[in-house]
Amino acid sequence: MSGAPGETLAIVLLAATLIAAVVRPRRLSEVVVSVPAAALVLALGILPLHVAAKEARSLGPTIGFLAAVLVLAEMARRDGLFAAAGTWMAAASRGRPVALLGLVFVVGSTVTAILSLDATVVLLTPVVFATAATLRLRARPHVYACTHLANSASLLLPVSNLTNLLAYRASGLSFTRFGTIMALPWLAAIAVEWLVLRRFFASDLVGRGVKDSERPVALPVYPLAVIALTLVGFFVTSIAHIDPAFAAAAGAIALVLPALRSGKASLGDVGRAVDIPFLAFVLALGLIVSAVSYRGLGSAVNDLVPHGSSLWSLLALAAIAAVLANAINNLPAVLLLLPAAAAVGAGPVMAVLIGVNTGPNLTYVGSLATLLWRRTLRRHEVEPPMSEFLRLGALTVPLVLLVATLALWLSLRVVG
Amino acid sequence: MHVMLWLAEGTWEGCIDAAAPLIPEDARVSLLYVVPEDVLHAAGAAAEGLIGRWRSRPQTGLTEQMAAEAMASGEALVAAAAELLGQADVGRVIRRGRIEREVVQAAEAADLLVAARDGDRSRLGPHSLGPATRFVVDHAPCSVLLVWPDEAPDVDSIPPPPESRRRDQSAPPRG
Repeated sequence: MSGAPGETLAIVLLAATLIAAVVRPRRLSEVVVSVPAAALVLALGILPLHVAAKEARSLGPTIGFLAAVLVLAEMARRDGLFAAAGTWMAAASRGRPVALLGLVFVVGSTVTAILSLDATVVLLTPVVFATAATLRLRARPHVYACTHLANSASLLLPVSNLTNLLAYRASGLSFTRFGTIMALPWLAAIAVEWLVLRRFFASDLVGRGVKDSERPVALPVYPLAVIALTLVGFFVTSIAHIDPAFAAAAGAIALVLPALRSGKASLGDVGRAVDIPFLAFVLALGLIVSAVSYRGLGSAVNDLVPHGSSLWSLLALAAIAAVLANAINNLPAVLLLLPAAAAVGAGPVMAVLIGVNTGPNLTYVGSLATLLWRRTLRRHEVEPPMSEFLRLGALTVPLVLLVATLALWLSLRVVG
Repeated sequence: MHVMLWLAEGTWEGCIDAAAPLIPEDARVSLLYVVPEDVLHAAGAAAEGLIGRWRSRPQTGLTEQMAAEAMASGEALVAAAAELLGQADVGRVIRRGRIEREVVQAAEAADLLVAARDGDRSRLGPHSLGPATRFVVDHAPCSVLLVWPDEAPDVDSIPPPPESRRRDQSAPPRG
């Protein structure tokens, strides 16, 4: 199927995939719709097989990389790394709320950069909440900092965000170069978040918490060392022109094997951490978006986005990416925008990432579509009003977009 | 007379210290703590908003996991407060929801609500009340006793009104 009907059907299938992922009828897995939709796209020839094969070849290593990072984070949790981070933050803050917020910023930004935003949202946030509760400090600023940093601090490395992994392949940059270009925007985004949150939550950063008991901080040395070595491995492999996904895989294996041997984790646990349905969802979504682009929307997007690496072009791209990420979700947004941006160069790709990564802080669920659906779903339940969170997003997101893109422009002039 | 003390992290000890000498001896005292639902919700929603991560999400949801912890830590805070007050038989009220609304609801049962300032306490106002406390003072269905959880700043800490400052500069010295 080609031409207009093919394009229409591809868009319908993309819409169905996204709606199913947001709505999740009967709490079914996302793959129930996305995989058959991708199969249909291939079976009907909307995406020719040779294009699909090329797309799958480029997505394959990305998905492997993603799986390794998911396992790395989950095994680090089992080894008590996040719990130890909580104990350490409690002790080092000595009960001072602003010091605790500073430590949450350091730990949150580091965890997001190295172990991806999923680790911060799912594994670190509950620990930070418990840490504040143990110290008898108000949890609000610290929890909101985690949810914000999961997005804003996910700019640094290809592993920090799935969107980065996708862009990293498309841009053809090395791991090291990616990190070098994004270091300044990453720091700029974190600095803006700090300045805004520190003021916004001034009345919640009060008092002096109880001193944590004399519990010694037992650092889980082994998982920390493995993660540090994995990080070094990312840069070394990248310099040696080896795929850094191998470093991630080696790190994951180094944590999985002892866990299996000591019975800390079963094969089933490791399998769950790999999260095959999620990987299948990413592959299926990639193929469907590729079909949509191939059948014409790609050139439409190409006409729409600015071409160039001037400051204005970068700002416009970041803004478009942020709007698109908020309208649908950052995953399809980045897949749609990448081909057009990558054709121009590394700068525009990074600008798109600034938009799709930091933009979702406007809502607390990642996109407007998800937000509206949740509201509809819970109309009859008590959904707490989230005006405070939305206000915080409205304050930080435009500022982060502006400052981080400025930093990117500067960074490209210095190291680009 | 039913006196209700609203306790929150960061100010609860000061609130008890300041209020204890002012509570009538025959008063019935209860201690109130509210678990902030919106904070739990923000954390849970961020996890649910991760598209496609169907299996990696905790089964019960992050919100409920954290809620159990939050209720326990609220109970511990109220217990510590009861000990500080030296009264084991005080009423203990733990609620979960939007803080300011829950406090106003709970205060319906009280004759006097004690609340602590939690805003900028480096000087006497403005903004010596955080948003939730401001709402509670404004909407409470009973009398409110507003205490300084630490020593009240000097009266000189109030910035002079803008007009008087201008007048001071332009007017010739009197006398």
